[in-house]
Amino acid sequence: MKTIATASLAFVLTSTAGLADGHASCATGNTLTDGVLTIATGNPAYYPWVMNDDPESGEGFEAAVAYAIAAEMGFAADAVTWVRTSFDEAIQPGAKNFDFNMQQYSITPERDEMVDFSAPYYTSAMAVLTTQAVIDAGAEASLESLRNLKWGAVATTTALPLLSDVIQPDSDPLLYNDNADVNAAIMAGQIDAALYDLPTALYLSAVVVEGGALLGQFPAEQSETPDQFGLLMEDGNPLKECVDAAIAALNESGELAAIEAQWLADATGVPVIE
Amino acid sequence: MSETSHKPSAVAHAATAPTRRELYEAGVRKRSNRVALLSTLAVLGAIVVLVPLAPGWESVQRAFFNGRVFAATFPGLLEAFVLNVAIFAWSAPLIAIVGLAIALCRDTRSPALFPLRLFGIAYTDVFRGLPVVLVIYIIGFGIPGLGLPRPWNSPYIWGTLALVLVYSAYVAEVLRSGIDSIHQSQRSAAASLGLSERDTMRYVVLPQAIRNVVPANMNLFIALQKDVALLSFIGPVEIFRQAGVYKSLYANFTPYVGAALIFLALTIPATRYADYLMNKQNRARR
Repeated sequence: MKTIATASLAFVLTSTAGLADGHASCATGNTLTDGVLTIATGNPAYYPWVMNDDPESGEGFEAAVAYAIAAEMGFAADAVTWVRTSFDEAIQPGAKNFDFNMQQYSITPERDEMVDFSAPYYTSAMAVLTTQAVIDAGAEASLESLRNLKWGAVATTTALPLLSDVIQPDSDPLLYNDNADVNAAIMAGQIDAALYDLPTALYLSAVVVEGGALLGQFPAEQSETPDQFGLLMEDGNPLKECVDAAIAALNESGELAAIEAQWLADATGVPVIE
Repeated sequence: MSETSHKPSAVAHAATAPTRRELYEAGVRKRSNRVALLSTLAVLGAIVVLVPLAPGWESVQRAFFNGRVFAATFPGLLEAFVLNVAIFAWSAPLIAIVGLAIALCRDTRSPALFPLRLFGIAYTDVFRGLPVVLVIYIIGFGIPGLGLPRPWNSPYIWGTLALVLVYSAYVAEVLRSGIDSIHQSQRSAAASLGLSERDTMRYVVLPQAIRNVVPANMNLFIALQKDVALLSFIGPVEIFRQAGVYKSLYANFTPYVGAALIFLALTIPATRYADYLMNKQNRARR
């Protein structure tokens, strides 16, 4: 029994080592610090992307994906360090303090001109967060009904183009700095509904917003320009190919889907807005 | 020795030709003008030549001075600026009125009105001591959270109230300093003419006091014009928020530069005007 265990351990070790060797060439010399992968996330990092604002634990969808990508690139878990940045710090000109930045950055052609994005690691549906009171007052999962609502959103997200192009609300939406401010406005009754990516909306409606409810979702397949999350890197970062290869490998092996199933709630119960 | 012998002839020429002193002074002026011009050119030249030589200049230029992004976002910024002007336009008179009321509270002299005086002191202490953003948050989200129905929970109403509370505290202090600057003898003189205390304030003290503090208040209103942007924290999409939205969409800071230019186009003339008023007043006092 012991021999088998040792043998299998040895096998695991050699196979990881082999894996590391295979990818080491593409990451070597291309990271900020040799032998260490520096990953940035938000401050704070939100559930369900990172659990308990603690990315080092590897718990939460993005934290888990980050460690999976690091492993594919040949970095052991203890060779990964985390830093925190705001959106503005991530796009500021000059040297970056991270190898890649992971905080639900949507890939858009405009942004791509200023920074580099990896291949997408998640495609998100957008969801309408509201309160039970608004639904009781007659709001429905149809565009006509949505148009009459008073809307809010986080100003720095790509929810805005969807709001102005697809929903086209009757009154101008109110915009906020972060999730917490949008929630405060919903609870104060200043806005009826807010647009979020689906996993965030599910969490907010269940845990944060008092009497919160999801009115409906805009599935990614339905959109011409679905909201795809990518890792943000400095323009021309040589690490990009390496990261893309790692994400492709995770996609093929089904590991990415497994992580998604583990950390992101099933959203089939949320009505689809046509 | 020879210097003294020449002196009388110089004096004789004084009426027609410039004296040696005048010539000397003109020479000094010319020379300092040349030096000023050269040093200004040297500094400008150094900035224009050296800054682009910095290794990161291209990326800074792309992130902050991007012509394409500027052209795409500037019209939207101008449109959003209308909201700033509107908020300013309805806040400013309210601030002036509340500020004057608080200043008068602090100037009451009757013992029975001591609570009013106390209120004036507490008011200015509290609202001058708090950061504007904090007041906007607490009032903008807090009061509507009590369960007010629409439209009475609008962030425009409560955000405006927050601005009025904070800025009227500053205006009150400025007005009070103006009221204090009017000498007691004027009040005594007014009283001896048979003016009531109220009329003394209305016709003798306030007209002089307000005139004295116009430049200081102009500065406050220039600051208010910029702080209107803080209302964006509780929802309204004014120019600063609109610039933030563009920044996020284009991953580029150029919209902020556009917003800064629009602010400057308004605040620089206002500042110049305040300076002009201040100078005029100083000259009149001399």
